[in-house]
Amino acid sequence: MNSPVPTPSSGDSIIYAENLHKRFGGTEALAGVSLSVTEGTVLGLLGPNGAGKTTTVRVLATLLRADSGTATVAGFDVHRQADEVRSIIGLTGQYAAVDEKLTGHENLWMVGRLLGMNKAGAHDRANELLERFRLADAGDRQVRTYSGGMRRRVDLAVSLVGRPRVLFLDEPTTGLDPASRLELWEITRELVADGTTVLLTTQYLDEADELADQIVVIDKGKVVAEGTPDALKDRIGGRTLRIEVSDRNRLEEARSVLGRLAPPEGITMDPAVRTVTMPVGTDTSLAANAIAVLASVGIEITDFGLDRPSLDDVFLELTAGTAEDRDDNGVSK
Amino acid sequence: MTATTALPTSLPEMRRPRGLAAIVHDGGIIAWRNLVQLPRSPELVIFTLIQPVMFVLLFNYVFGGSIGTSLPGGLSYAQFLIPGIMVQTIVFGTSQTSVGLADDLQKGIVDRFRSLPIARSAVLNGRIVADSVRLTMVAIVLILVGYLVGFRFTGGIALGIIMIGLAVFFGFAMSWIMANIGLRVKDAETASTAGFVWLFPLTFVSSVFVPVATMPGWLQAVARNNPVTLVANLLRALSLGSPIPGSTWASQSIPVALWCFGIVAVFAPMAVARYRKV
Repeated sequence: MNSPVPTPSSGDSIIYAENLHKRFGGTEALAGVSLSVTEGTVLGLLGPNGAGKTTTVRVLATLLRADSGTATVAGFDVHRQADEVRSIIGLTGQYAAVDEKLTGHENLWMVGRLLGMNKAGAHDRANELLERFRLADAGDRQVRTYSGGMRRRVDLAVSLVGRPRVLFLDEPTTGLDPASRLELWEITRELVADGTTVLLTTQYLDEADELADQIVVIDKGKVVAEGTPDALKDRIGGRTLRIEVSDRNRLEEARSVLGRLAPPEGITMDPAVRTVTMPVGTDTSLAANAIAVLASVGIEITDFGLDRPSLDDVFLELTAGTAEDRDDNGVSK
Repeated sequence: MTATTALPTSLPEMRRPRGLAAIVHDGGIIAWRNLVQLPRSPELVIFTLIQPVMFVLLFNYVFGGSIGTSLPGGLSYAQFLIPGIMVQTIVFGTSQTSVGLADDLQKGIVDRFRSLPIARSAVLNGRIVADSVRLTMVAIVLILVGYLVGFRFTGGIALGIIMIGLAVFFGFAMSWIMANIGLRVKDAETASTAGFVWLFPLTFVSSVFVPVATMPGWLQAVARNNPVTLVANLLRALSLGSPIPGSTWASQSIPVALWCFGIVAVFAPMAVARYRKV
């Protein structure tokens, strides 16, 4: 494989985009997207349907030219040096872009040949990938006979034939059953362990939470937030201490006791489940303190826990009111 | 392969050809891909093989009696019909170019190819080369069926081979028009309709099935200048071994060459330009 000589204008980022704009007719699909990905990490690109996730990936993967802005992969400009970029990326689309009338082996062999492998080399690489993705038994069957999970695996395998340094996974688990999703997550982790950089778009927040080192949330073609999953969660209020007491009649007393430790207006009470909640931010000693104080006044605690906001909460807050069809797309409940 | 087989850990060497070699290499692999699919698409096999056979039998036995007597020079209807049906079948066969391309676009396969460092022209070239191979097979089947109903290469087999080659070349040119359609519609169903409807007037208002002289005057003017007529007449001349009455080889072949090369010259660059933008 040719070792590309990067001329990065982008520091240590293997994927770098600055101020990308793209307009389709009257719709502004990208309104200034900037992002960067450190080599060997996973960036989760999160957003509701129509936010611009796929458009961003298509620009970075050389399939679509942005109206303005710059983007580089390993230092190569995605427009001017498209062939250099194409020789180091792999792309797995939202819809399995494999040939249904070819067998799994033929699909892999064809891509190997197109990448410049000789016949024997492409054959070996195809078998190696079929083996790795547990498709060896199905390798000589046409892809149209595959199950959804097998299709997604062969699609991923096809995008890995040339062992890309950068892999774009565009909604890789949309429509997959839970077992196939877990399997795809496992494969992604293995790839990252091997040093592959992954840019993952997803509308499943748990998926980004599981896989991504960094998350970029986009909405209406703009980046609305970025950071690690934990940082994003902390951003909206940190954690909440939830305490369940044994005696419903002492709930009010518990609330006033806790009101001495933290601003009373933040403390809520739900008699139906004998629970008081109190925001503790990132200060876990405050939570320990609260439990100790309640015990010291003789209030018996039957259960307690520290809840952190889910990425769903973060997401809802960031994109509030912009995706009415969110429920239909399984983005959030 | 058993589970205990040691798997290679190093990546096979990747050495891409450059320039013209890359165009041939990549187009060839994609043509291979399209041809491998062919026997796995029963509907396409039926469309491309059964339909022309049916047409030969229907036209020959249903129309042959009435038209056969009005043909100039005591030509049998089979001798008249087979070159005509060959053009008609090939022209209809090219509509598969638009369907195939639209299907590849719709399913994301074109995106896959475009994300690889291969020649830009490969998807179009591979499609059209494979389609030309398919059209050649169709032409050969037609000749075989023709021999069953009385058609003969009376001008010799060499001219017969040129005849098949010319018919396929006309199909190759028409495929570039179809490629433009396939790249401009949103799905394979639309491509099928858009690639198909205009072929009925194109092939029927011509000398494919009946002599032009049997048509009303205004229609004759259209039919005489229809490239399908020009090609059908040249194929007839090649099958008979002499130009049709009132023509010379030059007067028959030059217009056909101009049409074929003209279509390619206009529609191939248009398709390539469109492909870059999809």
